[in-house]
Amino acid sequence: MRTFAFARADSVARAVESQQGDPASAFVAGGTTLLDLVKLDVMRPSRVIDINALPLNTVERLPDDRLRIGALVTNTDLAYHPDVLADHPLLSQAILAGASSQVRNMATTGGNLMQRTRCPYFRDAAAACNKREPGSGCDALHGVNRMHAVLGGSSECVAVHPSDMCVALAAIGATLTLHGPRGEREIEFADFHRLPGTTPYLEHDLDNELIVAVTLAPPLVPLGAAYVKLRDRAAYEFALASAGAMLSLDEELIGEARLALGGVATKPWRCREAEASLAGKRADTAAFEAAADLALADARPLSHNAFKIPLARQAIVRALRDAARRAREDDA
Amino acid sequence: MTAIPEHHVVGRRTPRVDGEDKLTGRADYTVDHRLEDMLYGYPVPASIAHGTLESLTLDAARAMPGVVDILHHGHFPDLHRSPNSLRQGDAVSEVRLPFEDDRIHYHGQYIALVVAETFEQARAAAFRVKARYHRDAGVVTGLAASDDTGEEVGHYMRGEPELAFGIAPVILDETYTIAAESHLQLEPHATLAEWRDADQHLIVHESTQGVFYQRNALARIFDLPPERVEVISHYIGSGFGNKLFMWPHAVATAAAARWLGRPVKTVLPRQQDMMTTGHRPASRQRIRLGAEFDGSLASIQHDSLTETSTVDRYVDACGGATPSAYACDSVATHQRILPVHHGTPCPMRAPGEVSGVFALESAIDELAVALDMDPLALRLKNYAHQDPQRGLPWSSKHLDRCLESAAERFGWASRDPRIGSMGDGDEIIGQGMASATWFAGRQPCAARVTLRADGSVFAACGTQDIGTGTYTIVAQTVAELTGVPVGRVEVRLGETRLPAGPLSGGSMTTASTLPAVAAATRDALAALQEVATGPGGDFDGLYPASLGVEAGALVAEGRRVNFAEILARHRLSGVTGEGSTAPGDERQAYSFRSFGAHFVEVRWDPGISRLRVARVVSSIDVGRAINPVAARNQVEGAIVMGIGMGLLEGLDYDPRDARLINANASDYRIPVHADMPELDVELLDYPDYRFNEFGARGIGEIGLTGVAAAIANAVYHATGKRLRDLPITVETLVSPD
Repeated sequence: MRTFAFARADSVARAVESQQGDPASAFVAGGTTLLDLVKLDVMRPSRVIDINALPLNTVERLPDDRLRIGALVTNTDLAYHPDVLADHPLLSQAILAGASSQVRNMATTGGNLMQRTRCPYFRDAAAACNKREPGSGCDALHGVNRMHAVLGGSSECVAVHPSDMCVALAAIGATLTLHGPRGEREIEFADFHRLPGTTPYLEHDLDNELIVAVTLAPPLVPLGAAYVKLRDRAAYEFALASAGAMLSLDEELIGEARLALGGVATKPWRCREAEASLAGKRADTAAFEAAADLALADARPLSHNAFKIPLARQAIVRALRDAARRAREDDA
Repeated sequence: MTAIPEHHVVGRRTPRVDGEDKLTGRADYTVDHRLEDMLYGYPVPASIAHGTLESLTLDAARAMPGVVDILHHGHFPDLHRSPNSLRQGDAVSEVRLPFEDDRIHYHGQYIALVVAETFEQARAAAFRVKARYHRDAGVVTGLAASDDTGEEVGHYMRGEPELAFGIAPVILDETYTIAAESHLQLEPHATLAEWRDADQHLIVHESTQGVFYQRNALARIFDLPPERVEVISHYIGSGFGNKLFMWPHAVATAAAARWLGRPVKTVLPRQQDMMTTGHRPASRQRIRLGAEFDGSLASIQHDSLTETSTVDRYVDACGGATPSAYACDSVATHQRILPVHHGTPCPMRAPGEVSGVFALESAIDELAVALDMDPLALRLKNYAHQDPQRGLPWSSKHLDRCLESAAERFGWASRDPRIGSMGDGDEIIGQGMASATWFAGRQPCAARVTLRADGSVFAACGTQDIGTGTYTIVAQTVAELTGVPVGRVEVRLGETRLPAGPLSGGSMTTASTLPAVAAATRDALAALQEVATGPGGDFDGLYPASLGVEAGALVAEGRRVNFAEILARHRLSGVTGEGSTAPGDERQAYSFRSFGAHFVEVRWDPGISRLRVARVVSSIDVGRAINPVAARNQVEGAIVMGIGMGLLEGLDYDPRDARLINANASDYRIPVHADMPELDVELLDYPDYRFNEFGARGIGEIGLTGVAAAIANAVYHATGKRLRDLPITVETLVSPD
């Protein structure tokens, strides 16, 4: 049997310490990614540190009114949390569009940020994959790449970041609190996931650190939010293209807009140019379509996924339309 | 044949007699079965699809904890192949023996079997086995990538189909393709093998649809008399056809158990299950129809090409239902197969015909559009009132009633046939329909029934319950004839020690098994009547046959005596009856088929290219439903499977090297609950007494045929796109930007 050292951490500091600087160590919370990949021999941790006993499972409202989410808050608890439903409906919608109830009951906020791609070549230890085995090549680039990225890819890797929750976080904006050997630091959510470039095996900005909390940016007011996830089947299915949109409306004019994409990019994909194009415009189809064009201007299809570009365009336009409708309803 | 006049239990909604065992985990599935001192096998799959295994490096794996041995080419006993004869009852799915040579024919083919003390140890060590291959050029990744038209393996013709097509005023000539599909049955394939009596007696627990086929094949392979091989399969977590005939993991496991002198269990991980134990092969079908302006079919030509592997010749006969589908004087079908570098395909629920019905029923819909006719009217116009293939009357055919009843419940009359005309908010409603059909067959079967001293009844038959409810209908049959409550009937199935029963396949189990069970029950009752009318009996001196049977008692002259009392009076532990039945000469006089109609409503949201099946209304004509609960369950499950076939399912082979890349239950998509539409299934109740005394034809497969065509036809109605390639995915629906 492949063996690994196992430790249960009773404090954040001890959890971080338990890694002993071993790059092959892994934290386990819900285990919904790690255990699957260990069984497939794709992840081979030498040490596993169980962090489930850490006191990181609450959602609290900070004095400045922002919501601070503990890294161990489950996806289910987060999606149904009254403060989240009230302030950040997009986050709730996105979480509930992902996985299944069983998986959401186990999966945690920090774990969701850390989930690995569903690229079949990554998950097949016999295939070439620069993410799994640096320098081995990328079988997806010219293989079956229907599910792969049209944004943010490189000649080394075109694997999609699979999270729905992270699309909402990208749109909302968030600050991550990380705890490492040198203590705590904060980074912006947008800077956490890395583009594959020439180092697809480096997926995020952690340096022997543990994610301890995610603090959400203040909501837009008044707010309309919509998460549109397009996929082959109706549930328990990763996105072919998804769009998370938030709008504030002043009469029929857009105040501020937020837009992020999932299922089409190598990391949770914020569309800042598209957002900027919407500010001050009338909330109508023409504006939404123009924003979609901007969001996808850099999209490059692979051999099997050209359809993702028009599909993402549709997801964007629908998400913006529904967000605007909800903003109007909210206002009414 | 005489009909059973009153159906007290047969035909009544009956909860599954094995439901509690399944719910509580007592049900003895092969994957759960354990023996003391048992070892675990874990196969190592080849990572290429075409070439030679040059070497294996086993040191690291051997050094892993718990590893007992690693079997592979060169380190494996010499075995014999099975003759692979359906007629002789030793058919196997893959004839090649595991580790027979160093050739690699498909991705996932076993190159070694690691045997260890625990499952986890075996798996971990299997990951450490390193292989070196020589890849051969010329890998065939699938029929879609090949110009090869394969080899003809069958044809049928009546009339002058070419000529009639040439002069028909309205013609249609289209090609339809279907991706390879996986059975994705819940319980993976599993074998637990144990040798006794100095390696002269092999006992195998296997999740199989045919214990006798596996017994006979193992006897051939290990050169043992069949009575020295036992196969046991009490519960099967479904099979859908891929557990009909034995696969190599069972041979490797049995060989390992003998080699190592300990029982060995191998449970295939999902990935290997999908790579090595069969699939519905991909198909390409060309349909040519010729018709008069009034819709009368003048010619039907149906050419099919299906994949097989390079090691076996599996034929998925797509044209099977075509010759008898419509009243048409000129019909031809051709079947060809093409070897590709995939694992060997095998039957999958309604094999061949479900693919053929998709193509034919799509083409009929296209013809209706070309003729500007209602597709339902076109089908009735060409209704085959007798079997045009054999020139015989149908035993019982109520397809017209299926079509009319389902149409009425669906509301077909209010359908606006104009494309995209039925809008609802962001969505467009599309409505389509298709006919369903599946042959009705029967196999020989034997059964044994014992009336026991405690008043209960024991019924035994060597067929299997693959999850469809066979235990329950056997109990119902015994209960019907004895008047003993269903709960007092103990049924044993799935053992080769029991009287020989048929394969659980082809929707033949009900019609094959129940007559034998009934015969055995009657034989047991006759034995009891003899005892009761004998010297010192309760009915001494009466004619045995004059005694009636009522609620677990014999009755005559106003007296009733319970079975148990009769047995007690004679100090008997029980009386046993045997029954053995086979199809008679009814097939000389009639043709037997089941029929049905599916009406499907899809919802198409063009703004986001989302297509979902919203509603399915079906009427099914299978004769009598013995247990309407289980029967309905079969049809509903089949419809859901049809939605998978229509919109979701397909095995993805890498176009460069034929590696199967979506061999898991997430990336290979079957419908989930959220995909399930509103289902309205009606089982027409026209008993087919010409087929057997129960009037039942079998219901496992019929519900799947036609569903995908009805979906594709509804998609056309919604979108105006005629989609002839399954699955219908968003790529073909999204408007290019």
